[in-house]
Amino acid sequence: MCLTCGCGNNDEVRVLTLDAHDHSHHDHHHHGHEHHDHEHHDHDHSHQLADAIQGPTPSTENLIIGEAILAKNDHLAQHNRDWFTERSITALNLMSSPGSGKTSLLERTIAEFGDARPVCVIEGDQETTFDSERIRRAGARAIQVNTGAGCHLDAPMVQSAVQALDPKPGSWLFIENVGNLVCPALFDVGEHAKVVIISVTEGQDKPLKYPHMFAVADLVIVNKTDLLPYVDFDIEEFSGYARSLNRTAEIMPLSVKSGDGLDAWYAWLRSAVPTVT
Amino acid sequence: MHELAITQSVVDMVVERTAGRRVGRVRLDVGALSGVVPDAMQFCYELIVSGTSLEGSTLVIEQTPGAAHCRSCGQDFALDSLILLCSCGSAEVDLTAGRELRVLSVELEVESCA
Repeated sequence: MCLTCGCGNNDEVRVLTLDAHDHSHHDHHHHGHEHHDHEHHDHDHSHQLADAIQGPTPSTENLIIGEAILAKNDHLAQHNRDWFTERSITALNLMSSPGSGKTSLLERTIAEFGDARPVCVIEGDQETTFDSERIRRAGARAIQVNTGAGCHLDAPMVQSAVQALDPKPGSWLFIENVGNLVCPALFDVGEHAKVVIISVTEGQDKPLKYPHMFAVADLVIVNKTDLLPYVDFDIEEFSGYARSLNRTAEIMPLSVKSGDGLDAWYAWLRSAVPTVT
Repeated sequence: MHELAITQSVVDMVVERTAGRRVGRVRLDVGALSGVVPDAMQFCYELIVSGTSLEGSTLVIEQTPGAAHCRSCGQDFALDSLILLCSCGSAEVDLTAGRELRVLSVELEVESCA
């Protein structure tokens, strides 16, 4: 079983450049950033974690670990972020349910920016290269990560994809996560900001149903506003729900199809400067 | 089902730290507001430890309850969801506990000397 993404098969995660040579490997398990040795072999009966110990039986020995479960992922995510920042690459993690318009938004964005600044895209999907083909047709460089049974991208997958994609300094790097409002919320991939996209056809109660995703967002885009006359979606109510979970995220209604509101998105992108965290 | 990947991270960390020694118990803190479901982790754990030095071990999951601090009225209070609202009506609320995802400790079986 995959050690990182939890997929059922070691060969299942595939990084696809759409070039002749695919990076169909799983080397994110051997990423070379060996975790710092924070060993705490406190065989004494440490008081700070007394609740967790509850006295071993004489034939057992307690080893205090006290480390974040996702420490390895988070460590590598920070390496990714540092690598991006050093090269003035703005990395954005785009997360949404399937069909909210992530890829369409990127197509429009690529068309808007043209050659002004390079755009690269990491496309995460369980299967197919459909989305990376769309991005390439729109004029940007793209790499597909197929997660197989995996439900999210993680930092090692993004590192593998970035190595294959080799974005130019000064690029925008869009990391289009697997369409899923649950799992991607928990995994730092090394982005500078998390952008959550929802469309008005999905219902205004989505923040309450999927609070973890909305709680971590830096920007919430509400797409398909051209459909507002036809659906029961109250943007004010939606915004209230989102703000009850996240006071600081900006909420940005727009329509990729009609173009309404896209100027705000472009302005936000231009102001999104990679900073060291 | 992110619990599979998260549980795999637990098992990887414990295997790495215990160098193949027999493990009897693994203790975690999975905060009540972490977004991770303990039952799902238990289910995944049994599948993942099969064939490792953790096979047969028990996964003990503690849950730190959600807690928050209100910046308006200063009170600390329990929080059972991610909705950041104080009873005083303020939303100037900071989450102070409940999102933990930590491996606390491991109980190793000690081989008796002959």
